[in-house]
Amino acid sequence: MLEIRNLHASVGEVEILKGIDLQVKPGEVHAIMGPNGSGKSTLAYVLAGKPGYVVTAGEVTFLGKDLLPMKPEDRARAGLFLSFQHPLEIPGVRLDQFLRAGINGIRKSRGLEELDVLKFDRHLVKKVQLLEMDQGLVRRSVNEGFSGGERKRNEVLQMAVLEPTLAILDEPDSGLDIDAVQEAAKGINQQRGPENATILITHYQRILNYVVPDVVHVLINGRIVRSGGKELALEVEAQGYEELQEAEATLRSSG
Amino acid sequence: MTGTNQYVKDVATRGYQYGFVTDVETDVAPRGLHEETVRFISAKKKETDWMLEWRLKAYRYFVSLLKKDQLPRWANVKYPPIDFQDIIYYAAPRPRKQLSSLQEVDPEILRTYEKLGIPLEEQKRLAGVAVDAVFDSVSVATTYKEELAKRGIIFCSMSEAIQQHPDLVQRYLGSVVPYTDNFYAALNSAVFSDGSFCYVPQGVRCPYELTTYFRINTEGSGQFERTLIVAEAGSYVSYLEGCSAPMFDTNQLHAAVVELVAMENAEIKYSTIQNWYPGDEQGKGGIYNFVTKRGKCLGKNSKISWTQVETGAAITWKYPSVILQGDNSVGEFYSVALTKGYQQADTGSKMTHMGRNTRSRIIAKTISAGHGSGTYRGLVRVMPTASNARNFTQCDSLLLGDQCGAHTTPYVEVRNNTAHLEHEAFTSRVSEEQLFYCNQRGLSPEAAQALIINGFCKEVFKQLPFEFAVEATRLLEANLEGVVG
Repeated sequence: MLEIRNLHASVGEVEILKGIDLQVKPGEVHAIMGPNGSGKSTLAYVLAGKPGYVVTAGEVTFLGKDLLPMKPEDRARAGLFLSFQHPLEIPGVRLDQFLRAGINGIRKSRGLEELDVLKFDRHLVKKVQLLEMDQGLVRRSVNEGFSGGERKRNEVLQMAVLEPTLAILDEPDSGLDIDAVQEAAKGINQQRGPENATILITHYQRILNYVVPDVVHVLINGRIVRSGGKELALEVEAQGYEELQEAEATLRSSG
Repeated sequence: MTGTNQYVKDVATRGYQYGFVTDVETDVAPRGLHEETVRFISAKKKETDWMLEWRLKAYRYFVSLLKKDQLPRWANVKYPPIDFQDIIYYAAPRPRKQLSSLQEVDPEILRTYEKLGIPLEEQKRLAGVAVDAVFDSVSVATTYKEELAKRGIIFCSMSEAIQQHPDLVQRYLGSVVPYTDNFYAALNSAVFSDGSFCYVPQGVRCPYELTTYFRINTEGSGQFERTLIVAEAGSYVSYLEGCSAPMFDTNQLHAAVVELVAMENAEIKYSTIQNWYPGDEQGKGGIYNFVTKRGKCLGKNSKISWTQVETGAAITWKYPSVILQGDNSVGEFYSVALTKGYQQADTGSKMTHMGRNTRSRIIAKTISAGHGSGTYRGLVRVMPTASNARNFTQCDSLLLGDQCGAHTTPYVEVRNNTAHLEHEAFTSRVSEEQLFYCNQRGLSPEAAQALIINGFCKEVFKQLPFEFAVEATRLLEANLEGVVG
C-alpha cells in the first residue's frame, strides 16, 4: 500500500530524514518509535505533504501512485489521514461543518454523491456513539477551548469519520493519562481492517499494549536503525533510546 | 507559499459582478449644488414649505462648512478632494405613468433587480420579506405595504412619508442626526432624494423582515438617501438594507443618513449588507460610502442593534452609533468589513451612555486583502448620569497577504466611576498551519479559506436574519473567491 524508498527530506537548510525505507501492507499496523528530534513528526508531515517540508531524494508510492507530487488535499482524498500531534483551532467553525466539508471534498474527488446535512449527521452520530464520545463535541468550534485530551480524541473521531485507507497517527498518546490512552487505542483499533493500514508514531511503548503492532521500527537521527516485531517495543522501553542512539552513531561512523 | 500568494492575488483582483448599467430614461437635476438644486429636488418631491425650509437651512449650513473647508479629515482614508459642484444630486428613473402596482414598474428596472438576485416579484412571495427598492434616488416599489398597514405599521419611501405622514416626519426627522451633526449629514439633509420610512405603533411586533435595496445607476450621480425608523413603546422591528452600484470610472458619492428612535421597551434591529462597486484593480472608480447612522434608545429598556456586512465601496466612512438615553437600554454593533483591491474602510461605532444601567456591545471584524486598508474606530462614552454602565468591545482583524493593513483606534471617555468597560483586540493571519490542517481533511485551499473566514465572521453573521446570513456568507465567499493554482 505504502512504499517508501530512500526518503530524504529537509526543513529549511537542515536535513531531517536521511534515507528512510519502509513498506506497509494492507491490514498492518506499523509502530515508529524514537526519541525527540529523531524525525518522527517530519516523516508524518512529509507523507501528508506539509508545505515547508522538502523532499530532497527518494520515492514514495501510495496505492500504486507517486505520492510526492500530490497536493495535501489530494493525498487526503486518496485516503491518507494524518492525526496531528498538536491539532489546530479553527475558531467559529463547527466540527460537524468542518468534517462535512472534508468528507464531501473526498467524496467529490471520487465521483461519489456529496452528503447532505442529514445523511452526514447520521454518519457522524454513528461514529460518535462508536467511540462513546459526547455528542455535544461536534457542535463546538474545531478544537477551540478543547483540553489536550479532547483534542486527541477529536483526532481519532475525525479519522473514524473520514475512514482513511492509511492512517498516520502522530503521537496520539502524548499528554494522555492511562485511561485516555486506552480510549484512544480503542478508537484506533476500531479503524483497523484488512484493507486499512496504520502508522502509529509514538515516543512510549505504553500505547502499543493496546494497539498491538505488526512491525516496530526505531527511528533515530533520521534513519530507521532497527525493525522487528512487537517485542522490539518492550526492548526499547527497557533499554532506553540512548544505547540505540550510540549504536546508530557507531553505524554511521563505520559506514 | 505559492498557493497562498495565488489565492491572495485572486482575492485582490477579483472582478465586480454587479457592474451593469440599466438603460432607463432618467430625470436628472443639473450638475452641481446651488440653492436652486435644493428647490428643484423639493419641488420634484412636491414637498411642503417646512420641508423645503429645513433643506435650505441644511444647505446653508453645508455651504458655510464648505467655505471654511471643514471637511472631516480625521479618518484613516485617502482620496482626492471631491468637487461638490461636479455631482448630479438628483436622478430619477422617469416613470411612464403614475405607478399603482409593481406590474407597472419599468421592466428594465425590474430586470436590474433580477440581475442583482432580488426579483421583486419573487421577493413579494418570499415569506417574511417586505421590500422597498430605491433606484438612484427614487423608491421604485414597496411590497407588502397592505399587509403591514393592517397592523398599523407604516413602511414606505421617505418621499411618500413626507406627504402622507408629515407630522411624524416633522417630529423625528433630524432628531437623532441633526443637519448640523457633520459635513455629510448637512449635505444629505439638503439634497436627500428618497429613502425608507418605517413607523411601528405601540405594542406591535412587525412580522416581516423589512428590506430596502439601494442601487446607484446614473453615472456621476450621488445617492443621498434618508431613512427614519420609529419604534413606539413595546414594539419590535427588524430592518435590512442591501446596496449595489454599476461600474463607472468616476467615483460616486453616497452620503446617507439613517436615524432610529426606540421608545420604552422597543427594539430595533438594523442590518446592512453593503456591496457598492469598490473600484477596479488599480483603485479607479468606486463608491465613496460616507454614511451617518445613529439610533437613540429614548425609552427605558429599549434596544437598538446594528449589524453590518461591508464588502463593497472604494471608501467606507461610517459609524453606526447608539445614544443610550433610557435607563437599562442596550446598544449593539456587529460588523464585518472587508477591504480588498484598493478599498479603504474606516468604520466602527459610538456608544454614548446617558441612562443608568445601560449596556453596549461592539463586535467588529476587519478582513483586509490585496492593498486593502481596514480601520476600526470606536468611541465609548459614559456620561456622569450613566451609573453602572457597561461596555464590551472586541475588534479583531484578519490579514490576507502582506500588502494590506488593519488598524484599531478605540477611544474611551468615562465620566462616571461605576462604569465597567472591557476591550479585546487581536490581529491574525489565516495561518498556513490551519490551511494545511483543513487540506489534510480533504478541503481545497479555497474551501479552507472560506471556512476559516466564515468562522472568523460567525459572531456577526449569526446576528443577521437567517436568509440574509446565508446571503452574507455567499457574498463574502464570492468576494474572496479565487482559483488556487
